Amino acid sequence: MDFWAEYGWPLLLVFLQALALLIPILISVAYLIYAERKVMGLMQLRQGPQTVGIFGLLQPIADAVKLFSKEIIIPSQAHAPVFIFAPMLTLFLSLVAWSVVPVNEGWAIADINVGILFLFAVSAMGVYGVLMAGWASNSKYAFLGGMRSAAQMVSYEVSMGLVIVCVLLCVGTLNLTEIVMAERTWWMNVLLFPMFIVFLVSILAETNRAPFDLPEGESELSGGFMVEYSAMAFALFFLGEYANMILMSAMAVILFMGGWLPPFGIEAGIIPGVVWFGLKTAMILFFFIWVRASLPRYRYDQLMRLGWKIFLPFTLIWVVVISGTLLYLDAFPK
Amino acid sequence: MVASAVFYIFACVLIFGALLVITARNPVHSVLFLILCFFNAAGLFVLLGAEFVGMILAIVYVGAVAVLFLFVVMMLDVDFVGLRKGAMQYVPVGLLVGTVLLIQMGMVYFSWSTSEGAPMMLSAPVTGEEKSNTHALGEILYTDYILPFQVSGLILLVAMIGAITLTLRHRPNVRKQNISKQIATSPDDAVELVKVKSGAGV
Repeated sequence: MDFWAEYGWPLLLVFLQALALLIPILISVAYLIYAERKVMGLMQLRQGPQTVGIFGLLQPIADAVKLFSKEIIIPSQAHAPVFIFAPMLTLFLSLVAWSVVPVNEGWAIADINVGILFLFAVSAMGVYGVLMAGWASNSKYAFLGGMRSAAQMVSYEVSMGLVIVCVLLCVGTLNLTEIVMAERTWWMNVLLFPMFIVFLVSILAETNRAPFDLPEGESELSGGFMVEYSAMAFALFFLGEYANMILMSAMAVILFMGGWLPPFGIEAGIIPGVVWFGLKTAMILFFFIWVRASLPRYRYDQLMRLGWKIFLPFTLIWVVVISGTLLYLDAFPK
Repeated sequence: MVASAVFYIFACVLIFGALLVITARNPVHSVLFLILCFFNAAGLFVLLGAEFVGMILAIVYVGAVAVLFLFVVMMLDVDFVGLRKGAMQYVPVGLLVGTVLLIQMGMVYFSWSTSEGAPMMLSAPVTGEEKSNTHALGEILYTDYILPFQVSGLILLVAMIGAITLTLRHRPNVRKQNISKQIATSPDDAVELVKVKSGAGV
């Protein structure tokens, strides 16, 4: 009986909390795909999905049903266990990171001390899904896509890490809730703004999105690492990619945009924090889609140049600038 | 009880994974099992209450080192069956080295002595006051042992510069893109309008 009280109820509670978080996220993923098609359609003077349901609102469900009912093809030369495991890992990692994300004050499933490191670690692991898929497919296109993704994600993680260091210097904690609640002076916000831009570009590269979607590269790799995937296996990759986009946007919101707090310090009593959190995340997601509709794909050497020769020195110098300013003004968080 | 059960799960998977690293036939599978080992080791650190070390292990080893490892191993095209053929002739040397190592480790183990109060110190907190992991580690690295820490950083820097110098080679006739030059180009530099008389040519 003690066992039940000590472990059973908390486990059940965590399970229900996870369910309460994951279902909205999966619905958001479905409607992010819809929003992307609709917004890009409007940007290119098209209609976007409009046939299934009013304004095409049931399109994501139709797509899901289609992907469910198709056949999963495993190429005869593929390494079957790794081939099957890769998409599962991708989706799993993009969802497991949400366990530490506070969507409102105290609304995190696990409010751990090193939350930001956990987020960073999980997002760094995302590369394995792509790499394993690329290798296990036993196909040249898939393999090239996997290789590209590995090099790209490792390169941009470096500058992302330094951007996070800049924020942590200003807030003085690794706990995500405390990062949001930490007081920031106006000059901190001014100093962190360039880092916000670097972070936005880095998360584009980190999620393999346009203009850095070289791992997929339809024009030369015809789908890249997921070229051999079909039906549910493909759907898992697809869901994973979009869940990752939402996760990275949430990370940007927590680090730079004040999380669930109302913007510009306005008093908005009745609007719950989670609404602000969602709106801010949606803003960053709109940026993702906007960039995809506007910019052409980078060439690979340009991508590497941006990561190593521009972002890395810049963020490195900026860490020194921020810590120097904090030291000069004696404003280090205690 | 649950904590020890979790410990045994992590530890068993870790050891089993480590065994598979050295027995797997495919080197890519070996690296994947190695990643599994790193992951479980990070889990063990978290279980010990060293969450900062655990996360850093996951970020540095799983997130960066193993990616490059996998990257290289995937691109290797080594005939491992052919390599294994001649392996038997090295068995005596291997056995010799293994025996020497085993004897040395045995010597260390049997001459190992612990101080009287060691069991007491095992569970003693590092500092008197309540401190988070990150805080305690930061204080040790950046306040108590700042000089050794900086020196080790410098050694790594020297190693990095050494590696770059060894592999750097200047190839002639490589066309490189100079982006600032490209952007600074104006139409006047690139295009010239010429009035051509008919029948005269340029």
